[in-house]
Amino acid sequence: MAERSDEVKLLGMWASPFSRRIEIALTLKGVPYDFSEQDITNKSPLLLQLNPVHKMIPVLVHNGKPISESLVILEYIDDTWQNNPILPQDPYERAMARFWAKFVDEQICVTAMKVVGKIGEEREAVVEATRDLLMFLEKELVQKDFLGGESFGFVDIVATLVAFWLMRTEEIVGVKVVPVEKFPKIHRWVKNLMEINVIKKCIPPEDEHLSYIRARMEKLKFKAP
Amino acid sequence: MADEVILLDFWPSMFGMRTRIALEEKNIKFDYREQDLFNKSSILLEMNPVHKKIPVLIHNGKPVCESLIQIEYIDETWPTKNPLLPSDPYQRAQARFWGDFIDKKVYSATRLIWGAKGEEQEEGKKEFIELLKTLESELGDKIYFGGETFGYVDIALIGFYSWFEAYEKLGNFSIEPECPKLSAWAKRCAQRESVAKFLPASDKVTKFVPELRKKIGLE
Ligand SMILES: N[C@@H](CCC(=O)N[C@@H](CS)C(=O)NCC(=O)O)C(=O)O
Ligand SMILES: N[C@@H](CCC(=O)N[C@@H](CS)C(=O)NCC(=O)O)C(=O)O
Repeated sequence: MAERSDEVKLLGMWASPFSRRIEIALTLKGVPYDFSEQDITNKSPLLLQLNPVHKMIPVLVHNGKPISESLVILEYIDDTWQNNPILPQDPYERAMARFWAKFVDEQICVTAMKVVGKIGEEREAVVEATRDLLMFLEKELVQKDFLGGESFGFVDIVATLVAFWLMRTEEIVGVKVVPVEKFPKIHRWVKNLMEINVIKKCIPPEDEHLSYIRARMEKLKFKAP
Repeated sequence: MADEVILLDFWPSMFGMRTRIALEEKNIKFDYREQDLFNKSSILLEMNPVHKKIPVLIHNGKPVCESLIQIEYIDETWPTKNPLLPSDPYQRAQARFWGDFIDKKVYSATRLIWGAKGEEQEEGKKEFIELLKTLESELGDKIYFGGETFGYVDIALIGFYSWFEAYEKLGNFSIEPECPKLSAWAKRCAQRESVAKFLPASDKVTKFVPELRKKIGLE
């Protein structure tokens, strides 16, 4: 459990999936923290000082020491506060969890982000590519309630990006990237996630989040040539 | 039961080099299987269906993909000899951060040096030097990235060293005057048994690069 003297601060953004991952992990561990909302369109000197390499949120500051990159932060949290483990104990299972987490960020997230900027046939191609990737997660969920297996863990925390960002954005963009007929297991998994208190508490409230996404999409469209 | 360890790899791969070196640090014998990436074997497709890339580490029949994940797996599976990640959580986080930086930033810059031409290549070169300088300042006056002992970040980066000569020829620049400390670090690492054993000779890589460029339609 957290020491009384621990000072934990999170530089984040309420609508960022990367920042929410950290809130989920800290909440799961029962670690109290201060949250500092950042404006990434006008970066604070503090952010630039704490993450000079990427200049991105989230940054976790633990007793004055900064850590950035959400997957690195999640591992740090699990190494530091060992109650309610996030990663499995077995080395092979750990490697698999790391593999799928990386897959969500480097493949699914990168590909899905392209859907927004494209139109027509090009968009169709990106949607198909995203679905091909999601099919791997669908298969991972065969006979499992969570991506972590019987209980909620590292990959589930990371893949909230699919459940609550990708799947909320698709409604607004108007392309069903993850239709229930094709991805029944992913849809069931999202329902399972919604039963978990920490998740309910730590994901952005739906209405506010949808209006935020809508406003962003408008801006992006406006910018597109 | 004796461990059966197989590595699907390709000799000039800086990712594959990581895994070879990590296994050697732990004194684990493995069955090295060279792969043809332009005509992928069924074992590669079966063991890494998601990315279809080397290196794949197969331990007692079970595949682990992604070289940085393999280093952690090796360290966790054979923890006693030569720990590769530090034991302090904050130091571990730093090591992982730099490993990720090397994959996301350094690799994509080098990809432009060998896999592009003209302006794009020039940009890759500039970016690469900037990134090496960032790494050099992280290294500072330490012997290795983790301090006194050879470990995760050293392993993540050292494979690129065998390509330095090839980058320099292609981009017409020299690395050592720009990054003296990093160059000294690389030479220090190259003396280590595990690295000496598994890093290919620079001239061999330099000869291979034009072949590679031809294959991807650049020359
Ligand atoms: N790989 C990073 C991604 C974080 C990220 O993309 N953060 C965005 C906000 S959601 C950011 O800070 N962007 C600022 C910028 O790109 O300048 C992580 O996992 O932490
Ligand atoms: N992130 C991977 C990268 C591996 C990688 O890029 N492997 C290349 C060879 S160096 C490959 O197998 N390429 C085959 C292909 O892309 O088809 C790792 O760290 O293992």
